Amino acid sequence: MNHDVAFEIRNASKIYQGARRVEALGGVNLAAKPGSFSAVLGPSGCGKSTLLNALAGFESVTTGAVEVFGQEVRGPGPKRAVVFQDASLLPWFTIRENILLSAKVRGDNSSKIVDQANLLIARVGLAGFEDHYPAELSGGMRQRVGIARALLMRPDVLLMDEPFGALDAQTRLQMQELLLDVWEEYRTTVVFITHDIDEAILLADVVHVMSARPGRIEMSIEVDLSRPRSVDLITSANFNVIRRQIFDCIRAHA
Amino acid sequence: MTIPVAVSPAHSPVIRRLWAFPRKFGSSKLFSFVAPIFLLAFWQAAAELRLLPASIIPAPSAVLEAWIEWAFGSTGAALNAYSGTWVASVRGSLLRIVQGYAIAVLIGLPTGVLIGRSRFVCKLIDPTIQGLRPIPITAWLPLSIAVFGIHDLSALFLIALGAFYPIAISTTQGVRGVPANLMRVGAMMGMSWFQSVRMIILPSAAPSIFTGLRLGLGIAWTAVVVAEMVAVKTGLGFVLWDAYYIGRMDIVLADMVSIGLIGLLSDGLLVLVEARLLRWRANHES
Repeated sequence: MNHDVAFEIRNASKIYQGARRVEALGGVNLAAKPGSFSAVLGPSGCGKSTLLNALAGFESVTTGAVEVFGQEVRGPGPKRAVVFQDASLLPWFTIRENILLSAKVRGDNSSKIVDQANLLIARVGLAGFEDHYPAELSGGMRQRVGIARALLMRPDVLLMDEPFGALDAQTRLQMQELLLDVWEEYRTTVVFITHDIDEAILLADVVHVMSARPGRIEMSIEVDLSRPRSVDLITSANFNVIRRQIFDCIRAHA
Repeated sequence: MTIPVAVSPAHSPVIRRLWAFPRKFGSSKLFSFVAPIFLLAFWQAAAELRLLPASIIPAPSAVLEAWIEWAFGSTGAALNAYSGTWVASVRGSLLRIVQGYAIAVLIGLPTGVLIGRSRFVCKLIDPTIQGLRPIPITAWLPLSIAVFGIHDLSALFLIALGAFYPIAISTTQGVRGVPANLMRVGAMMGMSWFQSVRMIILPSAAPSIFTGLRLGLGIAWTAVVVAEMVAVKTGLGFVLWDAYYIGRMDIVLADMVSIGLIGLLSDGLLVLVEARLLRWRANHES
């Protein structure tokens, strides 16, 4: 097994056969090193969610291969945790129950996992909300639960599907800062789907720019900005150089 | 030219206070009792004025008197066969409801989950259920008696069958409406099928399931009354028909009111259970 590669997508295509034939992915190649943070940047409808669903195992690709740590993805599983755009918490469970759900499914109610959960709850700023229900929380708070829930699964790959897309600008900045901090600690391999250029550059080691219909990776840019990062980076000169490159690429393929 | 100024009556403090009372009362819980009290008063007055033939529609006071005798009178009194038998009749009907309804829930809930989640099961049994459903439970009565005889089983069959349809159908609907992403959450955590039913599918479908449970309970009451009229010789339904035959319309009406009140109570019980189980929805839009 080759553990220099966290996941690898080879020549993946996805064709939806419906009333109208839609080619969502047209030969995508993508790979990442363990512990790296990849962003997939693209307009809505470019197939970036399809790509993420293929990695998660929610959808299969029509042709090509999807592998995570050398194993072919055949369906969803706890090694690949997903943070959904709408958080997708279970409304009938409290915040603590939601975060501990994966442990409950495994039948693990050890004090060790409860300690880990408490640590995460404090880490993502949810202390005091453990016994609340999701409906009582704001969108940003719910997404904190989504992140904590995914991290407690100790996944090989953390898949984030536009997790901050539905938040207001200020909350989004807070959440980006939070994610940067938490990721410094956990260093899980992350795939982060977004349509926000700044967000992609700020968070990722590599930004993959996708074009639409069929979805393709047009360009991959290494972001060699030093870590740990903070949101102040957005106004720096180096940031703008990368921003410019991506912007030109998007314009060329629009 | 002068512009006439309309003085709204609401501007005067006295009138405003007079206005406040009906508005406050209108939003209070007591207000719901106004219509039934008026209805009863109207009925009583019509009876007192001899506008209603007492032998067909006795006055509320006469019905109450009959009910007190029926409920608290000494049993075995030769002149009144119903004296003191109310509790036994209620117990008989309630026992049948509980048993028949339990059967309906135990079969209807899993059936609904299976039809809602499995295309195979849906194709296999849903058309049959939909085909049988238009047959009213009353139409099943002769067959039920032929098969089970003049026996409790006839009643239980009718109650279970009647309550089964809404429970199964509402469960199917609720189970189909589980958000796809919540199912994905379960899948990514490696939930087994039973775990996802318990932790995701049933809670998500619960509001819809409770609608079916309440509809089913209403039908169960219809079924028990009909079954007891014909297929069993005890219970509130039997008394209803029996009292009609011997011209005791006061007992008939007391019986109807009893059924109505107990039905209301049993529904209220379900609503309480629902509110308790769906606590997580309570402060939804706060």
